[in-house]
Amino acid sequence: MSDDVAIVGIGMHEFGRHDGVSGIDQGVVAVRRALADAGVQWEDVEFAFGGSKDGGAADTMVSKLGLTGLQFINVANGCATGGSALFSAYNSIKSGMFDIGIAVGFDKHERGAFRIDLASHGLEEWYGESGLALTTQFFGMKLNRYMHDHGITEPTLAKVAEKAFRNGSKNPMAWRRRPMSEAEIAESAMLSYPLTQYMFCSPGEGGAALVLCRADKAKQYTDTPIYLNAAAVRSRKFGSFEVMAPHLATERSDGPTVDASKAAYQMAGMGPEDMDLAQLQDTEVGAEIMHMAENGFCEHGEQERMIAMGETEIGGRFPVNTDGGCLANGEPVGASGLRQVYENVLQLRGQAGDRQVPNDPKTAYTHVYGAPGISGVTILSR
Amino acid sequence: MANQVPVAEGVFTWPSEEPRLLASRCTACGNHMFPIQQDCPKCSGSSTERVELGRTGTLWTWTIQGYPPKSPPYAGDDDPVTFEPFGVGYVEIDGIVRVESRLTTADRDELEIGMELEMVLDPLYINDDGDEVVTFAFAPANSGGA
Repeated sequence: MSDDVAIVGIGMHEFGRHDGVSGIDQGVVAVRRALADAGVQWEDVEFAFGGSKDGGAADTMVSKLGLTGLQFINVANGCATGGSALFSAYNSIKSGMFDIGIAVGFDKHERGAFRIDLASHGLEEWYGESGLALTTQFFGMKLNRYMHDHGITEPTLAKVAEKAFRNGSKNPMAWRRRPMSEAEIAESAMLSYPLTQYMFCSPGEGGAALVLCRADKAKQYTDTPIYLNAAAVRSRKFGSFEVMAPHLATERSDGPTVDASKAAYQMAGMGPEDMDLAQLQDTEVGAEIMHMAENGFCEHGEQERMIAMGETEIGGRFPVNTDGGCLANGEPVGASGLRQVYENVLQLRGQAGDRQVPNDPKTAYTHVYGAPGISGVTILSR
Repeated sequence: MANQVPVAEGVFTWPSEEPRLLASRCTACGNHMFPIQQDCPKCSGSSTERVELGRTGTLWTWTIQGYPPKSPPYAGDDDPVTFEPFGVGYVEIDGIVRVESRLTTADRDELEIGMELEMVLDPLYINDDGDEVVTFAFAPANSGGA
């Protein structure tokens, strides 16, 4: 169909720490690599959506890429910045407004846990002064309750991180490429019970970019277009349990992940049973575990058995976070969601090298989650 | 004993021998919110009234802050050498709201989902006037306070 959208080029700047390289420059490198991958000239790009949290205004990169006068819109949507840029690019093509454009995300964060800007989150000073404005606490508390309710055990947590670093060791773009044993992970410093140091990802640096075009023009650029069947972003509903919440309602509802996931499946006309692999937000190991169920890939609690059986391994029944996820790549917020899509394009093209999912995967799923309770999902197919 | 001052006005009743958290109740749908806010995220209403929450509750979930939070915004001890881990949890109060709070114990063996807790005051730091700045916390109900 002429209103379908294809990804014809992908580019990344290595994730990690890059002293002396600005966030913008990492975005520029990602765009140049995506253009080269697609065989597209910058002057042919009609529009761009881009964003970062701490790396600067994306649209300033035109002074490096070329002042062509294209429509360039900055996107700022927390951890879903990349996903929101992609959603916007998707709709710009789907609407018929443009034929070819770019989604780009990049970032450069200070070391250590995120320092929360209270005012921008609508929070009062006392909340931070009292030691409650930490994303890590939310992750520990959501997971602790989940383990209590659904029978997930502590050994399972270390298994998820062990897989992440092992997958990351096969990814030349990843930050943390040293495999680690379950014991080393479990015995590292307890940061926020039940989560230890190596069960958390770290804020980092990097960039990722995609070239998207009308599906009926994709073959001009590539023999292996990857189709974007769905891109959905949702915010939280009343009763969900989210990061940076001084209070919760006593009644519970599904979080934004469940809603974004359902919307994406509906858009794509597919269900979780149709997906061959997934990249799921793994800010920490519990997030990967909980998001498996929230995105419809298993029942709550079933993860304990699935992970023990190795079902989420690259060679398993349903591979999850094949590139090492946030745990091995770190989390440059603006780039993180597009990094997932980059990985899925590689997997669907059969270009993922040592970490290639076997048996020619045909569909792939991405999911990001972040403050203050926002999720973005994409579904890709070839 | 140093003079105590609250971390902020309007978070809990003050001065008070037995301070209580200050919350909002939506006059349209009855939803409770903490801290005080004007608008209701449940029914989109914009009329709320101030209520005082009970001093006891049950632990809904918890974690332990094992490393010093960045300062700012943290006002307590952020020195990695002297920092003492502290508990954090959501405390369900009166069956109407779950409040995020510091906990007075950081011992995982003393923390259990569903346990009974009571509100206490928790010292954060000494300000330039020599006053002890306190925030709220919850302690195991039978511990006699912090």
